[in-house]
Amino acid sequence: MTILKRLSPLALALLAATPALAEMPKGISHFKLDNGLEAVVIEDHRAPVVVQMLWYKIGSADEQPGKSGIAHYLEHLMFKGTDKLGPGELSKTVTANGGMDNAFTSYDYTAYFQRIAADRLPLVMEMESDRMANLKIGEDDWKAERQVVLEERSQRTDSDPGAQFGEERSAVQFYNHPYRRPVIGWRQEMEGLTRDDAVAWYDAHYAPNDAVLIIAGDVTAEKAKELAEKYYGPIAPKADSTRKPRPQEPEQRADRRMERSDPRVPQPVLIRTVLAPERNASDQKQAAALSVLAELLAGSAQTSVLARDLVLTGKALYVDASYDGLTVDPTTFGISLVPAPGTSNADAEAALDAALAKFLQDGPDAAQLERVKTQIRASRIYAQDSAHGRAYDYGQGLSVGLTVEDVNDWPDVLGAVTAEDIREAAKLVLESRGSVTAWLLPEAAPANAAPGPAAEAAAQPVPTDAANTEVVQ
Amino acid sequence: MIRALATFAFVALAALPARAIDIQQITSPGGIKAWLVEDHSIPFTALSLMFKGGASLDAPEKRGAINLMTALLEEGSGQMDSVQYAEAIEALGASNRFDVSDDALVVSSRALTENRDEAAELLRQALAEPRFDADAVERVRAQVQSVIMSEATDPNSIASKEMAKLSWGDHPYATSVNGTAESVAALTRDDLIDAKNRVLARDRVVVAAAGDINAEDLGKLIDKILGDLPETGTAPLPEKAQLKLTGGVTVLDWDSPQTVVSFAQPGLPMSDPDYFAAFVADHILGGGGFSSRLMDQIREKRGLTYGVGTGLSNGVYGETWAGGMASANEKVAEAVGLIRQEWDRFGETLVTEKELTDAKTYLTGEYPLRFNGNGKIAGILAGMQLIGLPADYVNTRNAQIEKVSAEDVQRVARRLLDSNQIRFVLVGRPQGIQASN
Repeated sequence: MTILKRLSPLALALLAATPALAEMPKGISHFKLDNGLEAVVIEDHRAPVVVQMLWYKIGSADEQPGKSGIAHYLEHLMFKGTDKLGPGELSKTVTANGGMDNAFTSYDYTAYFQRIAADRLPLVMEMESDRMANLKIGEDDWKAERQVVLEERSQRTDSDPGAQFGEERSAVQFYNHPYRRPVIGWRQEMEGLTRDDAVAWYDAHYAPNDAVLIIAGDVTAEKAKELAEKYYGPIAPKADSTRKPRPQEPEQRADRRMERSDPRVPQPVLIRTVLAPERNASDQKQAAALSVLAELLAGSAQTSVLARDLVLTGKALYVDASYDGLTVDPTTFGISLVPAPGTSNADAEAALDAALAKFLQDGPDAAQLERVKTQIRASRIYAQDSAHGRAYDYGQGLSVGLTVEDVNDWPDVLGAVTAEDIREAAKLVLESRGSVTAWLLPEAAPANAAPGPAAEAAAQPVPTDAANTEVVQ
Repeated sequence: MIRALATFAFVALAALPARAIDIQQITSPGGIKAWLVEDHSIPFTALSLMFKGGASLDAPEKRGAINLMTALLEEGSGQMDSVQYAEAIEALGASNRFDVSDDALVVSSRALTENRDEAAELLRQALAEPRFDADAVERVRAQVQSVIMSEATDPNSIASKEMAKLSWGDHPYATSVNGTAESVAALTRDDLIDAKNRVLARDRVVVAAAGDINAEDLGKLIDKILGDLPETGTAPLPEKAQLKLTGGVTVLDWDSPQTVVSFAQPGLPMSDPDYFAAFVADHILGGGGFSSRLMDQIREKRGLTYGVGTGLSNGVYGETWAGGMASANEKVAEAVGLIRQEWDRFGETLVTEKELTDAKTYLTGEYPLRFNGNGKIAGILAGMQLIGLPADYVNTRNAQIEKVSAEDVQRVARRLLDSNQIRFVLVGRPQGIQASN
C-alpha cells in the first residue's frame, strides 16, 4: 500500500518494530459501540495526561433559517447542569481536579473537551456522557446565558470590522448554502432564541449515533474502550437525529466585488475567495492538491510564489492563501494581501492578478514543491508531539464524514500530489467564475472619534476561510 | 476563553509532575549550561534559547531596535540572503522561531534527528552572522510599522499600552517593544548591529532541550550554535522597574458598542513569603476561569460579559495583580462595580474550605499537564531558568501550595487587595462611570 512508499527511513524503522500495527499508525485504534458511538483512541504515554473530546456531528449550517446561533447557544447551555450536576458544576469539577475544559461550535460540528490527569479520565467520561442524555436548563439560566452569547458576539464580531466584513463576505459568497450565515448567529435572531429552541435542538441532535469520541494520551485502547462501554454504552441512540442534506450551491457565474470602509480599519486589505471542493471519504486527492497549492502560493514569507512576486518586490506587506478542506460541503479557497505603502490598491490587485496568471502559465517550481513535501514529511513527525493536536485531526475529520483511514492516509495523499495535480487545482480555483473580491478600507476618523492613524496604517490579512470559523464557549 | 489570561503565562511555572520528569543539568565542553529532558520516542529535538533582558535592552531613543533586529535574524545570514536562508531551512524540515518580549529574546527551534547538525549550523549562522541586508531591513521595517498602526486601532492593544504607560514610568516596560512609528523609522543598520550586540551574548543566555538527544550530543550542539556569539553583551541587564500605578479610572474614547477593560494594582514578587498565598487567592478571586468569584458574579449570574479574569502578572523586572474584561457600554459600570465589590469583600471573611481545597487541587494537579511534548518541556525549562528558579523547584512548589491556609489567603488579601488601588483603563464609550485622575 502507498503508506510505505512515503515514509522516511526513521519512520520505517519505527514501523518495522511494530509489524502487527501496519494497518493503523502506531498508537491509534478505533471502535464503535452498539449504540453507534464511534471512538478513536490515540495513545501517548510520555506524560500522565489525557484529553477527552466529544464531537457532535451537528453545527450551525444545520440550523433552520431564523434560528441562527442556536447550535452555539446550546453549546453554552450544555454547561448548565443535569439531574446530577448543578449549573457550572461540570467545569468547576474539572478545574477542582486540576484539569481544564471548554467547547466550540463550527458550521459542521459542536465539540466538548477536557484535558486532565490520566487517572481522572473516568470522572470526565462520566460527566460528559451524563450531559449527552440528561441536560437540564434551569429557568434562571437561559436568559443570562443569552446575554453572554450576545456579549461574545460584541467582543468577537461587532468590535472588529474585519470580523463583521467576514460575515458579509460569506453571505455574498454563498447564494444558497447555510455557510452563508455566521456560526454565532445574526444578532437580531440571537436575541429571539429561547430555552424551547435549545431543548428542541438538543433533543433532536445530541445522540451517541451522531457523535465521535476521541480519547488521547496516557490510556490504553483496552481501558478506553472499557470506560466508553461503561459510560456511553447505556445511552440509547435516536432515530432521525442525523443531519439532513443542506441546500447546495447552484453554479456561480458572476464575479462579485465588495467594499467597506471603517475608521477602525488601519490599512487596506484585499480578500478574494472562491468556492472549492472539500475533503471527501476515499476522495481526498483534489483537496490535497488545493492544500499544497495554498502552501506554494503563500506558505512562506520569503520563498512562496506570492511572497517572491509581491512582498520581496515591495508591492505588498503581507500575502496569505488559505484552504481547509475539513468541511461537510464545498468550502472556499482564499487569497489576501495588504498593499505596501506607496502602492495603490488597484496596482496591488493588478500585481496579484499578474502573479496568479504567471503561476497558471508556468506551474509549480519543482524545487519549491520538493521542499514543501519535505516539510509535510517532517510535520508528520512533529505532529506526534501533540496528542491533543492529533485528537483534533481525528475528531474534526470524522465529524465531517471522513473515515479513520482517510485521516490516517492524509499525509500520504498530500505527499503524492504531483505538479500536474497542482496545475489542475490552480485552474479550478484561480480561473473560476464566481469569485468574491473584497476590499476592507480605512476611513478618516470623524472629529469626535479617538485619535486613530490616518490612511497609511496597517493590518494583518484577515482569515479568508469562510467555512471554518469557530466559536468557543 | 479569555484573551486577558494569555498574558499571564509566566505565572507559576512549577509544580511536581505526577510522573517525575528527569531534568539533567549539563555543562557543554565550551562551558555553556543547559537543562535537558531526554525522550527518544519521537525522532526530533526541541530547543529553547532565552536571552535575558530582551527588548528591555533597547538603547535610549532606539526603542524598537531589538524587535526589528530579532525579526531580521531569519532574513539572511552568512553567505545566504533571506530567500536562500528560508530555502535551506525548508529543505531540512526544520523550524527556527525568533520572538522578543520585555523579558527575553526567545529562540524556539526544532529539528529532525536525521539532519540535526545541519539545522544547528543554520541557527548558528542566524545568531552570529545576520546580514541586515538593506532590502530585507526596509521590507521588515514596513511590516513592523504596519503592526504598530494596527495596534493603534485595536482596543485591547490601546488598553494594555495605556496601562503599561501608567504603570512603569521611564522603565522600558512602559512602552511597546515594537517602538513607535517615529523611532522605528529612524533606525539604521548600525542601530541593528548595536541591538544585536546588546542582547545576543553568551553571558545572558539560558538553554533547555527536550527530545531525541543525549547530554553529550546536546553539549556539542549548543557549543556549535552559541560558540560564535560574543562572551558578554554590551548593555547591562535591565534594572527592576518601579511601579508608578495609582488607583482610579482612565477612559479612552473608542467608537464601539463594547468597552474593553484592563485593570491592575500592585502585585508581589515570587520571592515574597506570601506569594503562594496570593497565588491561591487569585485563583479563587478571578484566575480560576469558570470557578472564580468574578466569573460567577459577572458572567454566570448576570451575563454582563463573555469573560473576566485576573492573574498575578510577574515579569522578571516588575509585577502587578492584573485583569481584563469586555462589557457592553451600558453595562460596564455595573461590571466594574462588581469587580470592586468582590475585590474588597475578599479579605473580609475566610475563603470557604471548599474554595481552598478546589483551588489547591487545581493548582497542584494542573502542572504535570503542561509537560506533554518536547516543545512545551523545552520552553518551560528555559522559562524557569529565565526567572531564576532552580531545577528542584519542581519538587518543592506543590508543597508550598499545599501549605497555604485560609488564614494565609486572608492575610495576603488584606495586605494587598484594595479596590482604591486599582487602576481601571476603559476603552470604549462607557456609560455611568467617570474618569478620575
